[in-house]
Amino acid sequence: MEDKAKRNQIWAFVLVGFFLAVSIGSYALNELYIYLVAYLWFGFIYGMCLQYGRFCFSSAFRDLFAVGTPRMIVGIMIAMVLFGLTASFATATGMGTFHGAPSGIHSVIAGLVFGIGMVFSGGCASGSLYKTGEGNGAAALVILSISVTQAAFVDIGGWLDRLVPYSWHASALSKGLPEAITPGQGWIDQYLAGHVWNQPVLSFSSLLGFENESAAGVFLANFFLGVVLPASLLLWVVYFVWYRKGFLRKRLRDGAAPGFRAEISGFWTMTMASRRTAIAGLFLGIACGLHMFVMRGLRIKFDIENAGSILIAIGQDFGLSVRGTVFDPGYWYVTTQEAQWVGWVFNKLGWDNMHNIYFGLNNGIPNPLFNPADWMSVALIGGAAVMALLHDEFKFKRPTAELAAWAIIGGFLMGVGSRLGLGCNIGAFFVRVANGDPSGWLFGMGMVPGAYIGVRFFSWWTERKMAKQMAFANELQL
Amino acid sequence: MAMKFEKKADGSYVLDVTGYVCPHPQLYTKSALSKMRPGDKLVLIFDNPSSGESIASMFDKTGDEILQRERLNGAFVWTIQKA
Repeated sequence: MEDKAKRNQIWAFVLVGFFLAVSIGSYALNELYIYLVAYLWFGFIYGMCLQYGRFCFSSAFRDLFAVGTPRMIVGIMIAMVLFGLTASFATATGMGTFHGAPSGIHSVIAGLVFGIGMVFSGGCASGSLYKTGEGNGAAALVILSISVTQAAFVDIGGWLDRLVPYSWHASALSKGLPEAITPGQGWIDQYLAGHVWNQPVLSFSSLLGFENESAAGVFLANFFLGVVLPASLLLWVVYFVWYRKGFLRKRLRDGAAPGFRAEISGFWTMTMASRRTAIAGLFLGIACGLHMFVMRGLRIKFDIENAGSILIAIGQDFGLSVRGTVFDPGYWYVTTQEAQWVGWVFNKLGWDNMHNIYFGLNNGIPNPLFNPADWMSVALIGGAAVMALLHDEFKFKRPTAELAAWAIIGGFLMGVGSRLGLGCNIGAFFVRVANGDPSGWLFGMGMVPGAYIGVRFFSWWTERKMAKQMAFANELQL
Repeated sequence: MAMKFEKKADGSYVLDVTGYVCPHPQLYTKSALSKMRPGDKLVLIFDNPSSGESIASMFDKTGDEILQRERLNGAFVWTIQKA
């Protein structure tokens, strides 16, 4: 046992050493690499926090419906409130990197599809990354499935174009996009330019008539009304529906009286029920806000607005968008960089995929080795692996055929949901909610019924397999 | 590896969900316990760390008790008593 623990420690040090060597080596080549290195280390921190707290957005909703446990929704709300606070400081001081997304029914539908997918696959987009770091083959398959689905979905036209309403087609063509982009072809292009872009970009601040970067707008509207109040309400609902009864029963058994103090005590006990998750939420929330400050600071230092300028300067100009940009969110994000690396592979295999809006106009398909957001995701897997190794929780696991099938189906649904919602549980929900964008809550409102549908299906599936197993055992006894 | 749920003796069961990821271990555990009587013991074998966190949290509500937690070849082996 001691040998194994020692071996794990050595591997953890090797991984940290690798990321340090990449950081120092690239910086020695060109100081501009510090921009990519910043993404790398924030990814590493996210990975460590996610693994330590077993932090998976899928389990937040799924485990509530499946086994009635609120630990993850508590962790996410803690992270959300802290991220909201740090992000508010970033916005109020002009250091924010967040851009709001259009709000509309499309966010709810996207969340629904994504929610079903995350239950099927066994983890959300970020959860699958950290579980890959634990050596979980099914999670790696989920990532592959999300990546391939997105990269293909954003460029597919043909028969899918026939499903596009004419109003979307006409509206997309009227947007006056650069000639290299063909907004009149491809389902996603017409969905984006013909429908989504026509929806309003809102914030709680603008809804209440405040200036977007004013202190009142940021702290009172976006943070308090947009994050703290709904998060608290949600937690009280969870407490009353899933936790209160069991807690009060236990308290009565111990001879304590019910009342207001008991309710407060119950709420606090629920919040701290999983210390690991609560601690991870705390660190994640702070790291997410700090990430925005750092990326904005680096943009000011290098006098750039987008990492595309950095890639040009270091001689990596393949796959930039028509505007010379690449995907560079300036905060935690998961799915677009996954689409990009497969998009790059498709392109190298001869698929002309740079005429669509997603790759050609906005995000590009840079070489994955030099893609800033890819550095974040790879380091996230690395950070999770280090944490898992240090706690003797790293184990290579090959997926069974059953799990592989769920991973591929779930990854497919999450890939589709991500592109419909312009992000996943992180980009379309967590980051948006924390920054006072109502479209984040709309995506979340879709994820809840999506998770419920997934859980109902898996409950049926589980009972079916248990019944088979018991029938088999009975046969053996006969 | 396929899921295994076996009765070892009167009031003693084993559920092996090694190799399974969320949400399967927690759903199989819930289902297995629902088929047992109060006081019965279940040896649960799993290797998905996040499922452990959810299962332990589930017992806060149901009152089932984890009598013993062990590690064996990278897997978690928990002995649980149904409330």
